[in-house]
Amino acid sequence: MMLTERRQKTVKKNDKTIREPLFRVVKRDGMPWYKSMLIRLIAVLAALLLCSLLSIFMAKASPLEFIKTLVDGAIGSTHKLWKFAKDTAVLLCISLAITPAFRMRFWNIGAEGQTLIGALASVAIAFYLGGKVSDGLLLVIMLFASVLVGALWGGLPAFFKAKWNTNETLFTLMMNYVATGLVSYCLVCWTPTNGSVLPRLEFGHIPVVIHEYFLIIFIVLIITALIHVYLHYTKQGYEISVVGESENTARYIGINVSKVIIRTMLISGAICGLAGFLIVGALDHSINTETVGGMGFTAIMVSWLAKFNPVIMLGTSAFITFLQLGSSQISSTFNIDSSFPNMVVGIVLFFIIGCEFFIGYRIKLRESDKKGGNKQ
Amino acid sequence: MFKKALSLCLVVLMVAALCISMASCGETQEETKLTESPLGEVELKKDFEIPEDFKVGFILLHDEASTYDLNFINAVKKVQKALGLTDTQIVYKKNIPESNKCYEAAVDLVDEGCDVIFADSFGHETHLLKAAKEYPNVQFCHATGTMAHTEGLANFHNAFASIYQGRYLAGVAAGLKLNEMIDSGKITADKAKMGYVGAFTFAEVISGYTSFYLGAKSVCPSVTMEVQFTGSWYDEIKEKEAATALINNGCVLISQHADSMGAPSVCEEKSVPNVSYNGSTEESCPNTFIITSRIDWAPYFMHMIKGVCTGTAIDVDWCGDVNSGAVVVSGVNEKAAAKDTLAKLKEVVTKLKSGELKVFDTNTFTVEGKKLDSYLADVNTDAAFEKDTEVIKDGYFHESEFRAAPYFDIQIDGIKLLNTNFG
Repeated sequence: MMLTERRQKTVKKNDKTIREPLFRVVKRDGMPWYKSMLIRLIAVLAALLLCSLLSIFMAKASPLEFIKTLVDGAIGSTHKLWKFAKDTAVLLCISLAITPAFRMRFWNIGAEGQTLIGALASVAIAFYLGGKVSDGLLLVIMLFASVLVGALWGGLPAFFKAKWNTNETLFTLMMNYVATGLVSYCLVCWTPTNGSVLPRLEFGHIPVVIHEYFLIIFIVLIITALIHVYLHYTKQGYEISVVGESENTARYIGINVSKVIIRTMLISGAICGLAGFLIVGALDHSINTETVGGMGFTAIMVSWLAKFNPVIMLGTSAFITFLQLGSSQISSTFNIDSSFPNMVVGIVLFFIIGCEFFIGYRIKLRESDKKGGNKQ
Repeated sequence: MFKKALSLCLVVLMVAALCISMASCGETQEETKLTESPLGEVELKKDFEIPEDFKVGFILLHDEASTYDLNFINAVKKVQKALGLTDTQIVYKKNIPESNKCYEAAVDLVDEGCDVIFADSFGHETHLLKAAKEYPNVQFCHATGTMAHTEGLANFHNAFASIYQGRYLAGVAAGLKLNEMIDSGKITADKAKMGYVGAFTFAEVISGYTSFYLGAKSVCPSVTMEVQFTGSWYDEIKEKEAATALINNGCVLISQHADSMGAPSVCEEKSVPNVSYNGSTEESCPNTFIITSRIDWAPYFMHMIKGVCTGTAIDVDWCGDVNSGAVVVSGVNEKAAAKDTLAKLKEVVTKLKSGELKVFDTNTFTVEGKKLDSYLADVNTDAAFEKDTEVIKDGYFHESEFRAAPYFDIQIDGIKLLNTNFG
């Protein structure tokens, strides 16, 4: 009864006036780069303004104090600068790893697991071979093991995708859980009475050059350059782009799509494994299920924000690390809820993603009837 | 238009009503009255001067949302009040994982001028140790750790408390409740079975449930116990499932060593008495909560801060007990507990305090039907987890004496493990 009544009403309404919607979304044609950068800058500033307003309510800190603590917390001392650079490097390394796959539109959300399993391989080698072979050789074996296992972890979903067109998102996600489970299992085996906590291992430390974190930063910079060249100046990089744009086109021009998918994911996984090796060899010297700590997922954001361009990723990974470090200093200094850092990062990302929409599209309001005239 | 306005008004009204009903919910919640604690209060006394530029840093695994970390935060607040420290003299680093991030947080705290740094989680230890080696002028203290007594660093210290004493007291209260059930004919003596929801099959948990069981056994000789492990320190659903399974198995009283409200809330639902740990569950479980025990870290923080401010040594391996006020039990909830529980507990407390009563007295338990005369425990941390120290002397198991962190990991008769879980 109700339904028919209602339907009649709508029909009646439609009979009367077929009105244009209040607003519609229109695609923008090319915007000069400085203008789009300006919009992004405004978005970031607006986001920070909102965050500082929040901190006024939550911590009774003035916006000026907010900004000062944010900057101080991230890069306020030499030691903090090193830490900032190191955190950026690790995040960048994982972001670089997923980028080739993402350019291929292969939605690899398994970087977390690929990195963790790489780290596990390194720890296992250091645990069993530590002290039995020379430290240099040990590091080499650790590196190979990590890269190999990482590649395997990335290659497996790709193989299934290429052969049987399985869903790569689900597959890579599940591989994360398998990796976490394996880590817990190994920890139980290695620490029978120690509550699954593996103390720092004595062997397999990456040597300290200039500064504890220097080598890790240096290695990641080299990888950045290599990936940039690989993606933009090699035939394989071109193949990745073509497969990403259209698989059919790729097939038409004679690219072996299965081969490209598997090869790219092997590379992705290998770099993740390398990241795992760096985390173990240069930083943690131990492992637990939280070793990667969600960086595999943050990396997706880093890569996406940079539009999958390795050089721009230098900036985006530094930016996200800056926000994380700075806002955790805020929550420590003003003793406010420790989910505050996540809120800050969330708000800023929300604004940036929002502004991307306005860069790509514009909103056209309904032109009022009174102004007269149908433009068409 | 009118319709829209009307619906808007309705929505506003509904939200308002919801708010009011929620608020009134909070008000009508029944308040449970607990008795005084059988242990009495230990007062924190400020008998030393604190320099104005003194700073202390705390590294916490999680934040207030976890009962484990909240217990530390509450102790910090208590000490802050007793010593009159300002907010800027106390720096927290919350949500610090057990990785290099712990080392980084410690270095950050040194950077910010802290004189002493405390970390609260077992897995922080080796990372904190690294910082301790690099900054010999700063004191580093670590709760639940095991390595200070073998590392031999002047600025690295461990701390724990003989919480098994608190568990024992809670166990006595549980045993009295069982006796009451037997006397009233609710159960027969051979049906006096307790259930225990544990996190992991580690010494810390084993020591805890064994002392709880021995406490109950000291007043109710026929008691038995079943233990179910969840494999997590905090997993509400698993804890609920474990408690439900234990109750269905015929357990008439439940206790737990895990941090969520899972087990207590199931007990309240099914009207099964519950002995709690760490958290204050009496508010949400007014009809089944009997008593709870926990470690109060305030005495240790006093010791630690005093050591730094007066230049005296901090204990390498501090172990608090019922006498120092580090082991605490709550008051008794007379609504759920057996009659005269408080009086009986006070008797036990006197014996515990004087040292007359030993919790792990080898006369009170057997292993595979035999009395235990000798046991090697893994006291010194090493890669091979070698059992290295004889811990049974003078007729009792010397728990927390060779090092503060528990190492009692014996399966005694009367306790049945339904599963094991090492994480």
